[in-house]
Amino acid sequence: MHDELHLSVDPALDDSAKLDVKSIVRKAKELNDFGHLLEHVPYAKFIGMGVERFGDELVFKLPAKDDNIGNPILPALHGGVIAGFMEMSAIVQLMVFMQTTKVPKVVDFSIDYLRAGYHKDSFAECKITRQGRRVGNVSINCWQTNRKHLIATARAHFLID
Amino acid sequence: MSVSSDSYPLTGMASRFVEQLTQCRKLKLKVLEGSGKHVLIELPYDTQLVGYPDTGVIHGGVITTLMDTASGCAVVCSIFDKFRLLEISPTLDLRVDYMKPAEPHKPVFGFAECYKLSSSVAFTRAIAYQDSIDDPIAHAVGSFMRISPEMVGEEFRQALIGGDEYA
Repeated sequence: MHDELHLSVDPALDDSAKLDVKSIVRKAKELNDFGHLLEHVPYAKFIGMGVERFGDELVFKLPAKDDNIGNPILPALHGGVIAGFMEMSAIVQLMVFMQTTKVPKVVDFSIDYLRAGYHKDSFAECKITRQGRRVGNVSINCWQTNRKHLIATARAHFLID
Repeated sequence: MSVSSDSYPLTGMASRFVEQLTQCRKLKLKVLEGSGKHVLIELPYDTQLVGYPDTGVIHGGVITTLMDTASGCAVVCSIFDKFRLLEISPTLDLRVDYMKPAEPHKPVFGFAECYKLSSSVAFTRAIAYQDSIDDPIAHAVGSFMRISPEMVGEEFRQALIGGDEYA
């Protein structure tokens, strides 16, 4: 799926360099701006997510956005958007902390919805709980107003290189 | 999975349900079939949904949204078919297994069924595929909380009710 990725790409060749995951991760670290990673992913822009770094930790953010609403009555975020946001958060976490050369491939994703995600900013943090040689296990928590009041929790397995 | 081959009498209601969900309009989800037994939804390919820029493969989150929507919609249809009542069931949990990436520039289909309806929980399974349902992209199982019909809200109820389903 990611056979097109190359390790040795001249950074001057901008279009090709965009495909070089390792250099994108390196550049994000140099700039201390992990949003740089998300800029290369159309879906991340589609839902409008971002990321901030606090010391060694990454906190992902999904700002309130009308297009992300599922249930219009509450109104509440679409559960699928919450899941997509959490899955993308896990991918970035793996790329940054496991220094992958390719974008990790999701194997399975299991989410528990704990309370309604309202039409406001959401946040996520990830923990890589286990790493085999080829598989990473990530748990992801998502909250809105209070970190202790999670709106969803998920765990996922990814194939890594 | 067994599907009644007769007709799909709840296609209209299933369409109106999905049309009510803003994110689903953004994804341009289209209900192709709806019955008391199943729901089939089409997700068109769009470059905005790409999760892997190097290959053009869409993000797993889009597949999850398709599966969540199809499963939730199957629950709505199943409850309506059985009780002639509108209930909107929030997702309790959803597990998605990804078998292979979706091929770019082709639509993805989401087939879902509510295979068990208990008094308080609805259980679902769903498959995402492109060319053949026997060659799946992903498989999902989920559970949905049943809430009372009064919680649906009059506006939402009116938006969902068509004519044909009551005939």
